[in-house]
Amino acid sequence: MSTETLTVRFFARLREELDTESLELTASPGLTTGDILAELAAKGGPWAQLQGDQPVMIAVNQAMAKPSTQVQAGDEVAFFPPVTGG
Amino acid sequence: MISVQTDDFDSAAEYQALRDSGAGTGAIVTFTGLVRDSGDLEGVTGLFLEHYPGMTEQVIQGLIDQASRRWDVRKVRVIHRIGRLDLCDQIVFVGVCSAHRGDAFAACEFIMDALKTSAPFWKKEITGDGEHWVEQKTTDVDRSSSWD
Repeated sequence: MSTETLTVRFFARLREELDTESLELTASPGLTTGDILAELAAKGGPWAQLQGDQPVMIAVNQAMAKPSTQVQAGDEVAFFPPVTGG
Repeated sequence: MISVQTDDFDSAAEYQALRDSGAGTGAIVTFTGLVRDSGDLEGVTGLFLEHYPGMTEQVIQGLIDQASRRWDVRKVRVIHRIGRLDLCDQIVFVGVCSAHRGDAFAACEFIMDALKTSAPFWKKEITGDGEHWVEQKTTDVDRSSSWD
């Protein structure tokens, strides 16, 4: 990972339907997790569900986050469906 | 102590370890969750459990810390299995030592309820007709938020 990028990870149903475990994105100043969701959803196809009816949970550096959470280079962002353990 | 593992666990040995863990314990409450044969679908033959390594342990530790601030909790043990599980297999163990039963019951139930809606685990049900990711249940969300 270069110093200008951040990592985006996907889990469970999203990982399978997007056929993607992780990807690297350029981190621009002021970027939020909501911006990332919008950018990825714009790719269309299965990616559109990132802004669809089903809730998408967000974590930044392995802690729960919100669409308004700002991120920077080196961060680990994760998107996943509501959890179903226990 | 928190373990996320593919291997099964021995709940009797875990209980004994809690019992041996120190002075001041007057009550131990343990919960064990098992794979049942009907979930979102009928005819479930097994489960596959995925998790987010690292975040899972942090979230569970946060729940133990919350429980320890709220109740008199002497020791907590959480085990959660991942990977392929068959019907009736053990999935999860929560054990809590306290001076008194009220705190032990409450802390154990809180950790279990909160784990179900905040720890990053995902269940996939396996049936004769294929596989299906389990949807989060509103009853689980309601139970978890009842502790707020």
